[in-house]
Amino acid sequence: MSAPQANRMLQPWSQNPKIQKIIYPIAVGIILIAIWQGLVTGLNLPPYLVPSPVLMMKTLLTDWAMLGLALWVTVKITLFAFAVATILGVLISFVFVQSKRIESALFPYAVLLQVTPIVAIAPLIIIWVKDPTLSMIICASLVALFPIISNTTLGLRSVEPDLQSYFALNRASRWQVLWRLRIPSALPYFFGGLRISSGLSLIGAVVAEFVAGTGGTGAGLAYQILQAGFQLNIPRMFAALLLISLTGVFLFLFMSWLSRKALGGWHSSEVTGE
Amino acid sequence: MNHSPVPAVEVLSANKTYSNGTQALLPVDLRIEEGEFVTLLGPSGCGKSTLLKMVAGLLDPTDGRLLLWRKPVQQLAEVGKKMSFVFQSPTLMPWATVEKNVRLPLDLAGIDPQTANEKVKEVLALVGLSKFAKSLPRALSGGMQMRVSIARGLVTDPDLLLMDEPFGALDEITRHRLDAELLDLWQKKKLTVIFVTHSIHEAVYLSNRVVMMAARPGRIVEEFQIPEPYPRHADFMVSTGFSHHAKQLQDSLMRASAGQEEHFS
Repeated sequence: MSAPQANRMLQPWSQNPKIQKIIYPIAVGIILIAIWQGLVTGLNLPPYLVPSPVLMMKTLLTDWAMLGLALWVTVKITLFAFAVATILGVLISFVFVQSKRIESALFPYAVLLQVTPIVAIAPLIIIWVKDPTLSMIICASLVALFPIISNTTLGLRSVEPDLQSYFALNRASRWQVLWRLRIPSALPYFFGGLRISSGLSLIGAVVAEFVAGTGGTGAGLAYQILQAGFQLNIPRMFAALLLISLTGVFLFLFMSWLSRKALGGWHSSEVTGE
Repeated sequence: MNHSPVPAVEVLSANKTYSNGTQALLPVDLRIEEGEFVTLLGPSGCGKSTLLKMVAGLLDPTDGRLLLWRKPVQQLAEVGKKMSFVFQSPTLMPWATVEKNVRLPLDLAGIDPQTANEKVKEVLALVGLSKFAKSLPRALSGGMQMRVSIARGLVTDPDLLLMDEPFGALDEITRHRLDAELLDLWQKKKLTVIFVTHSIHEAVYLSNRVVMMAARPGRIVEEFQIPEPYPRHADFMVSTGFSHHAKQLQDSLMRASAGQEEHFS
């Protein structure tokens, strides 16, 4: 164990796989941005068609007061929706695993919820729920809910049969089996679900804003994109888009980090260096 | 051997037929005395694991009864006896350290943590894994994981140890070592052991008595005493006595498998 580690430290830093994992995508990013900048300048494209990266960053800075606020609104909706979806999803899957009968009775409706496009239900929710923020949170939660339900249910069921027999042999109570066996077994699946749902809650928030977004202090990034589109303010559209993408990336990285922390070295999906 | 009046295990014409009509086990009678090391040997599909799981109470017999110290397995605690089961695979919790895995049966029984920890320390020392108490199972080799599983089986101070091909997946050298360690523990702890295997050598090396089973349908066909003294060392495995018993078992196993030969022709 120690010899390869020492070896790795002796290698030049550019050979380190961890650094490579960061360096390579950054290099690709820089090249793409340079090509983009070059094309926009070289072909003399007008900013109302495609703004250059430099202009996009400039707009981001000049419009920061408006865009920063919008970012906060979108992030707030996303995080609320993500939290609601997580709590609700886990509770529903606990109900599902109580009996196969409950699951088979209710699962089709979970699927129904998943396959119905949110844009089709959103107007209804907006009519029923007066508060726009609340209605957007509900929309985004509905989008993010399904992966949590299906993954957690699968996880709670995917207990190694012999280990389950072992618990039965030791006359473990239902509660002990849940707490000591089912929940830990479900964790890797649950975190997989979280990673998918974190992205989906952002998508849900953006879609909800498109349908139900309002101006003023409640305006989120999607609403700003819509407005910028109407005004042909393409640089601002790009700046807002960049913020949405960065939010998504950050969410994903955070969930990956959390999953690594929680699963430690025990689950094969999180074990590196092999 | 200590022939106590109350046998550790009694199987009274227990049989198992699955709902699809498959006869896993014809009615079987078996009596195992306290302190005996009995091996169930036979070709695959002979119902040896089924029989063991019925003794443990993991499977219910279709008909017949199984008693441990004259009690159904569910009432074993009433006579102050304990039973442990060691599976074919280590069946450890991958998220828990070695010591937490070993402590599991004590935790489930609600033993206070201090007593439990002392007990865990003791059995980990017994199986030579004290240094790995804080390791996760995946950091250990297959043989070491199996030793953790055995430690977990011993931590409750069982009177009866049921082992379902515990070393089947290990390499030959590790298997021999664990066999020797198991015999040692059996003598030290005065255990009663029922051991399932398909290895003739393992059966002869370990057992007082070998119960030969045959498949399709699963049944007991013969029993053999192995009246060789313990402790049995490595040189026992090259003795004439050992070869004699191995040959006997081999012939019996051939007879037990005879009905299945259409599969090979």
